[in-house]
Amino acid sequence: MEKIEYGNLRSYVFGFVLSLLITLLAYFLVTKDLLARPFLDAAVAFLTLGQALLQLVLFLDLLKGEKPRWNLIVFLFMLLVAVIIVFGSVWIMYNLSYNLK
Amino acid sequence: MSQTHNNHSHVTSNTIFGFWVYLLTDCMMFATFFATYAVLHNNTFGGPSAKELFDIRLALGETIILLCSSFTCGLAMLFAPKRNLTGVVLLYVLTFIFGVVFIAMQSIEFSSIFAKGLSWKSNGFLSSYFTVIGVHSLHIIVGLFMIPVFLLQLFLYGFTEVVLRRLTCLRMYWHFLYLIWIFTFAIVYLIGSK
Repeated sequence: MEKIEYGNLRSYVFGFVLSLLITLLAYFLVTKDLLARPFLDAAVAFLTLGQALLQLVLFLDLLKGEKPRWNLIVFLFMLLVAVIIVFGSVWIMYNLSYNLK
Repeated sequence: MSQTHNNHSHVTSNTIFGFWVYLLTDCMMFATFFATYAVLHNNTFGGPSAKELFDIRLALGETIILLCSSFTCGLAMLFAPKRNLTGVVLLYVLTFIFGVVFIAMQSIEFSSIFAKGLSWKSNGFLSSYFTVIGVHSLHIIVGLFMIPVFLLQLFLYGFTEVVLRRLTCLRMYWHFLYLIWIFTFAIVYLIGSK
């Protein structure tokens, strides 16, 4: 049977507390208007990606498993495809919106 | 990969890895929904905008509830290798309760939009909004069905290899749903309502 990763209490508690703090920080940055617009977007993006990374490592055990870490490899591939599709689509649509006004 | 030697077959189980790949394809799907929302979020066709429609405090509440449910789900599986039935069941029940509260809060949000005479048919913005939130909520509801079904199997068959595998897949599924929600909260509520 393939090995089941269970994680441990420390990673879950740590992940929970950190995720909570990051969420609250992002929330207050937005609602209290603590940053100007371009910086606000960057800060929220940074916090969101940070929390996502936290979740992937601490809750979803992305870095666990014996080498080669196929789960990590396919995850990175998914990221590549997703970034190409999302960034590409938004770029193209923005271009169309600008040029076809 | 190890071989399982039993009387029935010499099949190697790759179920958990396969399920992980499925979750990644689901991520892909949600990524396209987010891209769609990013493109359409200003197409309000004269109707109210995200800023006017969304209550960000409700969204924060939903986020914290879902985070708690993801946490209790992870804790539940910490009791599994110890064969602690009470621990696993209790924490999965907590996870379930948090999940139901999340869906209830989501319903309140949808109701307030319908009450204004709006729906996913009103404009591009709401079409994309209901797609993102709706598909995510459907995933949550499916998970809420899976929890009692797998807990029942745990009661009936005990901590067998198959049951452990299924509970692990359920845990991965539930964590993944919170992961998607992190992006939903940021893109739809934090950025989209500015």
